[in-house]
Amino acid sequence: MTTAKVRRLGTDRPPSLASRLMGNRWAGLAGLLVAILAPFVDATPYALSVMTSAAIAVMLAAGLNIVVGYCGLLDLGYVAFFAVGAYTSGVLATRFQLPLLATVPAVIVVTVVAGIVIGAPTLRLRSDYLAIVTLGFGEIIRITANNLEVTGGPSGIYGIPPLVEHPAAFYYVTVAVVSLAVLGSARLGRSRLGRAWRFVREDEDAAEAMGVHTYRVKLAAYIAGAVWGGLAGVLFAAQLSAVSPGSFTFLASALVLMAVVLGGMGSVSGVVVGAVVISILPEILRDLADYRFLLFGVLLIAVMLLRPQGLWPARSREVP
Amino acid sequence: MTQLVWNGLFVGSFYALVALGYSMVYGIIKLLNFAHGDLYMLGAFTGFAVLGAVGGVPGGMALPLLLAVLLVTMAVTGLAGVALERIAYRPLRRAPRLSLLITAVGTSFALEYGMRAAAGADPRVYPVRLGGTSLEILGARLTLQQLVLVGVAVVLMAGLNLLVTRTREGRAMRAIALDPRTSALMGIDVDAVISRTFFIGSALAGAAGVMAGAYYGKIDFLMGFLIGLKAFTAAVIGGIGNIPGTMLGGLLLGLLESFGTFWLGGEWRDVFAFGVLILFLTVRPTGLLGERVTERV
Repeated sequence: MTTAKVRRLGTDRPPSLASRLMGNRWAGLAGLLVAILAPFVDATPYALSVMTSAAIAVMLAAGLNIVVGYCGLLDLGYVAFFAVGAYTSGVLATRFQLPLLATVPAVIVVTVVAGIVIGAPTLRLRSDYLAIVTLGFGEIIRITANNLEVTGGPSGIYGIPPLVEHPAAFYYVTVAVVSLAVLGSARLGRSRLGRAWRFVREDEDAAEAMGVHTYRVKLAAYIAGAVWGGLAGVLFAAQLSAVSPGSFTFLASALVLMAVVLGGMGSVSGVVVGAVVISILPEILRDLADYRFLLFGVLLIAVMLLRPQGLWPARSREVP
Repeated sequence: MTQLVWNGLFVGSFYALVALGYSMVYGIIKLLNFAHGDLYMLGAFTGFAVLGAVGGVPGGMALPLLLAVLLVTMAVTGLAGVALERIAYRPLRRAPRLSLLITAVGTSFALEYGMRAAAGADPRVYPVRLGGTSLEILGARLTLQQLVLVGVAVVLMAGLNLLVTRTREGRAMRAIALDPRTSALMGIDVDAVISRTFFIGSALAGAAGVMAGAYYGKIDFLMGFLIGLKAFTAAVIGGIGNIPGTMLGGLLLGLLESFGTFWLGGEWRDVFAFGVLILFLTVRPTGLLGERVTERV
């Protein structure tokens, strides 16, 4: 292969200014600073709710990035875990009058179980089977929530107690939690386990041959993603003080996937920017409402065809 | 009881028709074409548009007219399938599988919301509905229309089976499914055969779309999503990539759903179907008639 050809793969070309900025550890701090200062620019309830939603989207994208970006497992029902978290938290909080914070351990347990239930039987299979099984799983969770008594059926659960009273305070709590989650996923990605994930993504057979227990490693990615999604669900329940099945459609899964793909699979800073763009762009382009998802679909195809590494690709640490 | 069986077989024949395209495409290039269900939706809308353009439907002519519309629709969705393959899938044939899957998701989105932009978000009422008198067969109520539609489905499936097992074209498809590179060396125009496979699969999905429109009487831009999932389930039950298996899987899924609805209630029907999918993938991922394949490294 010629050098030019290799460079087109995008991982080992000399870093451009933009990617150096993105890869820089200061980029994360700068992003956090922007998030902290944003309410000082515009603190209307509308702006705060959009910003809080964007922060939750960032958390979801960071979680899905572990599964899809690091490990290469396509999860098309990722909001199922988001739903499981939101519902578990909501049901416990409203039935037993618990504060939301107290539901967090239960949410973690339930999402881990959900991750194992769906991951354990299917992770031995080809990756494209996993994609469609997760799609089915997402639908199962949504339909179940829609039909069960305990989840309030189609109208869902309402009257969930807030995490903190003031919207601005809640925004800062969300930003803090999400920052920790993003930082956590970035550190996971650089850990020994994270390297195993990337190895599995690049070549599963080779990884297996080199002694990586691929099944266990994939399950770990899956469970981590599930927990991230579930915790984002708690934030979501706290933000809206209500959950209903309508928030957990395939569309929602696809939008999170879009954020991950657009930002650059496996690149934490890229994925964060992707999630912010995906959640704020529609607010700006309200007039285009009818064409929004058409545009998203076309964009997904275009990114894969023209820039499969995403807009802000992860820079490989191995190649100097 | 017999009614349940008939209903199951009837819905099952729809599933089987859609599943065949899924299965063929998967069998030949190992791609899960997520947009396949949306081609079914496209078929339903194309039929809708053609029927609208023809104008009023005279009472006695409904059936022949419907068959003519079916043919036109099959041509349109077939070409749409070919175009999809050309634009979205072919450039990525050597790319990582993940990219291909994501492109397929994007394609599905583009089709769904493209149709929404073109035809609106509200469900449309199909201009033709074959009422027909109901017949009593083995203690079950059936309309003539149902029988005709099942008949059309059977004819299409039988035709496809002949095509794949008996013709040069079918032999080329099977050769590519086994080994695309060697097939190319043997003088098979791989791209052309893959294009034709997409054409046939998409045309069958389009036919199923028109039939579903005429049967249920209502169509909307999201109708393909669920049927795509169901069709995949059907393909997996029978053995994905295996044509008789896929047909069997479709009918079986139809029956399972019919009985599942009876036992558990209609609201759990889809949960039941996907439960079956997960169970099958866990216990027997190659399906009932599929052969155990070893992955080439």
